[in-house]
Amino acid sequence: MSEKAEKRVNGKMGAPLGWIRQHWGELAVVVGLILFPYIFGLLSGTSVSQGATKFWQGQLIVMFIMAVYAMSYDLLLGYTGILSFGHAAFFGGGAYAMALFLTHVAPKVTDSYRIMVGSINIADLLMLLAGFLLAVLVAVLLGLLFSAVSSRVKGAYFAMITLAMGQAIHILSKATDFVDWTGADEGLHGVPVPIWLNPTQFRLRFYFIALAFMLIMYLITRRIVNSPTGRVFVAIRENESRVRMIGYNPAVYRSIAFVTAAVIAGLAGGLYALWTMSATPSMTSSALTINALIMGILGGIGTLIGPMLGAVLREFLGHFFYQWFGARWPLVFGVLFILLVLFLPYGIVGTWRLRRLELRQGWQRFLRLFKPEKE
Amino acid sequence: MTGDSPEREVILEARNLRKEFGGLVAVEDVSGKIYAHTLHSIIGPNGAGKTTLFNLLSGTMPPTRGQIFFKGKDITHQPPYRMVHQGLGRSFQITNIFPNLTVLENIRLAAQAMGHDSFKLFQHASRFQRYEDRAREVIKVVGLQGLEPVLARNLAHGQKRKLELGIMFAGDPEILLLDEPTAGMSSEQVPELLEILQRIMARGDKTIVLVEHRMDMVMSISDFITVMHLGQILAEGTPQEIAANPLVQKAYLGALYGDLGAT
Repeated sequence: MSEKAEKRVNGKMGAPLGWIRQHWGELAVVVGLILFPYIFGLLSGTSVSQGATKFWQGQLIVMFIMAVYAMSYDLLLGYTGILSFGHAAFFGGGAYAMALFLTHVAPKVTDSYRIMVGSINIADLLMLLAGFLLAVLVAVLLGLLFSAVSSRVKGAYFAMITLAMGQAIHILSKATDFVDWTGADEGLHGVPVPIWLNPTQFRLRFYFIALAFMLIMYLITRRIVNSPTGRVFVAIRENESRVRMIGYNPAVYRSIAFVTAAVIAGLAGGLYALWTMSATPSMTSSALTINALIMGILGGIGTLIGPMLGAVLREFLGHFFYQWFGARWPLVFGVLFILLVLFLPYGIVGTWRLRRLELRQGWQRFLRLFKPEKE
Repeated sequence: MTGDSPEREVILEARNLRKEFGGLVAVEDVSGKIYAHTLHSIIGPNGAGKTTLFNLLSGTMPPTRGQIFFKGKDITHQPPYRMVHQGLGRSFQITNIFPNLTVLENIRLAAQAMGHDSFKLFQHASRFQRYEDRAREVIKVVGLQGLEPVLARNLAHGQKRKLELGIMFAGDPEILLLDEPTAGMSSEQVPELLEILQRIMARGDKTIVLVEHRMDMVMSISDFITVMHLGQILAEGTPQEIAANPLVQKAYLGALYGDLGAT
């Protein structure tokens, strides 16, 4: 054993400290995000709930939600190897489920039942939970529908079918037949969100809810990709026919991947509907699906954290590019995207991990030059 | 595929199997039995229909006509993923592994398929130590020790063939169907693979069906040999009987010997 390794073993810290040392990067990001509104407020000299601080909290809330959305797509594309062009249907489905429920059903219930605890009506809270449950239910059904319809086709045909189904959901959300319910082209606006969750009034509270949502969804998704089922997902990505020959039914696992990804995207959609207090056809559009793809490729698919980073980057660049280049900003973004794909084909996180591995191996080879071989 | 031992238990049986590709009859009404705990080889020149017969037996291709029985049960129209759970494992002539996964994960996945934990979405895979233990055991059987963390695509060809065997063996099949396991191997690597096969046979609870075109290889290790020619069975029997069979000698060893790739 080398001297350094020996020191490492002897100097082993207590379990919690060791854990912190192992995950210091992630912890630093979480602490940074928790402190962000306060530090930003301090630096810009504005109060935590006003002006630029409030504005940037809003930007970050959108990033958090989009990060979860991009991550859910990674479960399909990066882990199971499913290239679906209908992902916005899940997000929009969740958003519409939440908005429709809060607009048309919840008020009737909360008007007749009031269970006050302090200043909060518990009925409001229950309706909110019911809204999320409904979003999950819609997502599960959509996920099952997508996997059932597309399970028999492969490659380009698969992409076309998922695109067609995504567009069908989009057209449904714009349909004038349901204008009384969905608002058709206009969408639903002014969704009655509980007062204590109003994103304009209680921005900071909403910020922490969105942050917690993102962290929890990340932990759950990371666990899923590391579970026995997640390992089968990866195997399907690598060699589907072999998966069948070792005794798994790939169709079942693809359905599971679809449904889980749909549920995560649906929950993100539900929260997004609360944030914008609306549900509009743009939330089911193919442009949003393409965004998931762009975010994933920017950050690096198959890494979970990559697409989340990609979502943050996409929103960030979107904001500044719009300021600098006006309505033509996607043109500049497109050029940047092409350059990124050319120079970082595995995305930011994917490329970084590869480089880190190469660096570490190179360093080990370098050190071995100066050390006599020992058993 | 009949041998001369009526007291033996039949594990796999084909009845009038036929496979047509358009106008071409690749397998023409083949019937036969494979006895438990034997090593049975199917040989024949290229185009004799042995790989097609093999694909029918392993459920990868549906037959045009005929039936397949595994331990007395009709399995003709079962999906391949279910066959594995019943005890039928197969390997591929063209190496078929998970190239971007490690050797350990390749085999661990196959072991996991046999358990009932593959639908546990919210538990970490490392909690299921038994699959990893099983994988390490199989790695020893196929002789890949020390290569556990290597990505499968970085293995040498012979090692990939062993991994292929390991993936199949991890499912603990009763019968192993091997499609030219020595395909593309150098002549130094072949004895090593034969040793693995003999190690598996020595356990006494496995049956191996081997499709080969190298006749020299199967002669020494087989209990029974079926010789195929133009989609039909030309001869069957023990290696001695096959070697002594005038029909085989004339048609196969004589006229076709050059086509066999045997040296």
